[in-house]
Amino acid sequence: MKKFRLLFTVLLLLAVLLGACKAKEPAMEETKELFRVAVVMPSAINDLAFSQSMYDALLTIQSEMGGEEAMEIVYSDGMFVVDDAAAAIRDYATEGYDLVIAHGSQYGSSLQEIAPDFPETSFAWGTTVDTFGIGNIFAYEAASDQGGYVNGVIAASLSESGVLGVVGPIETGDAKLYVDGFVAGAKATNPDVQVNVNYIGSFSDVALASEAANTHVAAGADGLTGTAQMVVGAIGVAEENGAMWFGTQSSQTELAPTVVVANQVYRWDVVLNEIMDLMSEGTLGGTSFVIGLANGGEVMDFNADYEMPAEVKSLALDTIKGIIDGSITIEFAE
Amino acid sequence: MISDLFSMTVLVGILASGIRLATPYLYAAIGETFGQRSGVLNLGVDGQMLMGAFTAFYVAIKTGNLWLGILSAMVVGALMGLAMAFVTVNLHAEQGISGIGFYLFGLGLSDLLFQKLLGTVETVKGFRKVHIPVLSDLPVVGEIFFRQNVLVYIAFALVPIAWFILNKTTLGLKIRAVGENPEAADSLGVSVARIRYFTIILGGTLSGVAGASMSIALVNVFQQNMTSGLGFIAVALVYFGAWRPWGVLGGALLFSLVNSLQLWVQVLGIPIPSDIAVMMPYILTILVLVATVSRVRAPSALTKPFERAD
Repeated sequence: MKKFRLLFTVLLLLAVLLGACKAKEPAMEETKELFRVAVVMPSAINDLAFSQSMYDALLTIQSEMGGEEAMEIVYSDGMFVVDDAAAAIRDYATEGYDLVIAHGSQYGSSLQEIAPDFPETSFAWGTTVDTFGIGNIFAYEAASDQGGYVNGVIAASLSESGVLGVVGPIETGDAKLYVDGFVAGAKATNPDVQVNVNYIGSFSDVALASEAANTHVAAGADGLTGTAQMVVGAIGVAEENGAMWFGTQSSQTELAPTVVVANQVYRWDVVLNEIMDLMSEGTLGGTSFVIGLANGGEVMDFNADYEMPAEVKSLALDTIKGIIDGSITIEFAE
Repeated sequence: MISDLFSMTVLVGILASGIRLATPYLYAAIGETFGQRSGVLNLGVDGQMLMGAFTAFYVAIKTGNLWLGILSAMVVGALMGLAMAFVTVNLHAEQGISGIGFYLFGLGLSDLLFQKLLGTVETVKGFRKVHIPVLSDLPVVGEIFFRQNVLVYIAFALVPIAWFILNKTTLGLKIRAVGENPEAADSLGVSVARIRYFTIILGGTLSGVAGASMSIALVNVFQQNMTSGLGFIAVALVYFGAWRPWGVLGGALLFSLVNSLQLWVQVLGIPIPSDIAVMMPYILTILVLVATVSRVRAPSALTKPFERAD
């Protein structure tokens, strides 16, 4: 029995080693033009929110470049544990990926440690503006308050009860920016509108998000919004109660086509294209980018099946124009 | 401001919300209570819940049959329980660690299956609210208690059933004996292995239903890691409830009611920072725990593997 076990283990090891060797071969034969991108994300690529926005952007660029022969995309999603993400980032850099994207502000300190070890690799980190002064880190963030403002304008214009509800994850960063923008837009349109906000303290607690939405509905809200992947719980409640939904980060129309009015869709490909241009010139980092309505990094996507009165639609379009040309400034309520 | 909190709409909202939120905790924690009373700590509850949630969701969306979804979730939960039982009882593994292993397995497999079989977040027509005749028309009380979906009612019904089984039946006596003193139980002819297999599988089954109660009743959607650590809180609630079903009910309600309270506190504009508000359920639970800790005693054989001395 012992000898058999030993033999079996040796054979298994050999098989694994051979398998590993075989897997390396194609990598050495690849063409020089293949652009290899790896991305690490805190939630699923199909979360209809934060992570999906980055994944969709990568797919867009890939098809623009000519498909999988031109650009290789690999990803590690669900990396909400920072240590796991750090290991993944380091692994990708070791395997020689050209661009490693750390899509989550919690990955910052890990990136600070890893990037200097791989001076030939370009890293990108979002959502933030801090590149730590390290030469091969790009930073990117979203001016989510802009689309939030537009959503707020539309919501306040369409609301019949005069009460709106916001379901937030944690009161920080990109989420807080969006919420503040939404409140500002609503108040600017109708100073008497009541915008209730609650934060549920989690990016993923779908059950609590749905109860938070129930709370808003009970408080009289007929328009809801929220950010982060937990909003799928809130969207369900909106649909059940016939309340309007305003989305952000990705298009959430398909989840509730009868109640979704508009979405602020993040187009990270705008940033990625700029990063790739810089990389081809030999710059591997040191710049930070912001997506907004002006550079097309944020796009207001209206649900074609939701009948919006013409004057509200033109108000929304004027608001977008106003933010882009600077005639509208977003003032956060205290 | 604070006085708004005591208006009828708000109080009813908090209570109804709290009862809904408590449901998955109840299923998972009652199941875990059986396991822990028999001496086994199962930290894999969250993974079992996620697998149950996905299975119920997938079956419900494909067949349109919600009860078939529940049944499948129970089977999947039972299978995971079976695996845990084998690892715990036969292989004498360190229970805390094997539990975490099952948690990671459930988390990963549910996500993998979700990506491969569904690929995108979508909704399902889950269990609707069922108005219990007569009772649901009672003012205030009716809206809070008697207009919930059927899984909520079953969860609360489980509490007296679990109490009865544990305290008034021979099976319950055996479970408790195995958890307190497995050697003595063994010498009296009680099969420790069989009892533990039973309680762990039962726990897995109930965790599966807990997950299903979220994906096809409470939120009607499946998403990666949608339980968000709820299973671990359920395990903590067993300790909080002093390993008694009624205590577990108290803990689940306390935690969930304070959670729904803090949501209202934020909506009503009561000036507590949101970070403090979301901490409230956890802080309150810790405070109550500290106040009652001296009167609580764990089953003596909890987490200790049992080996028959032949």
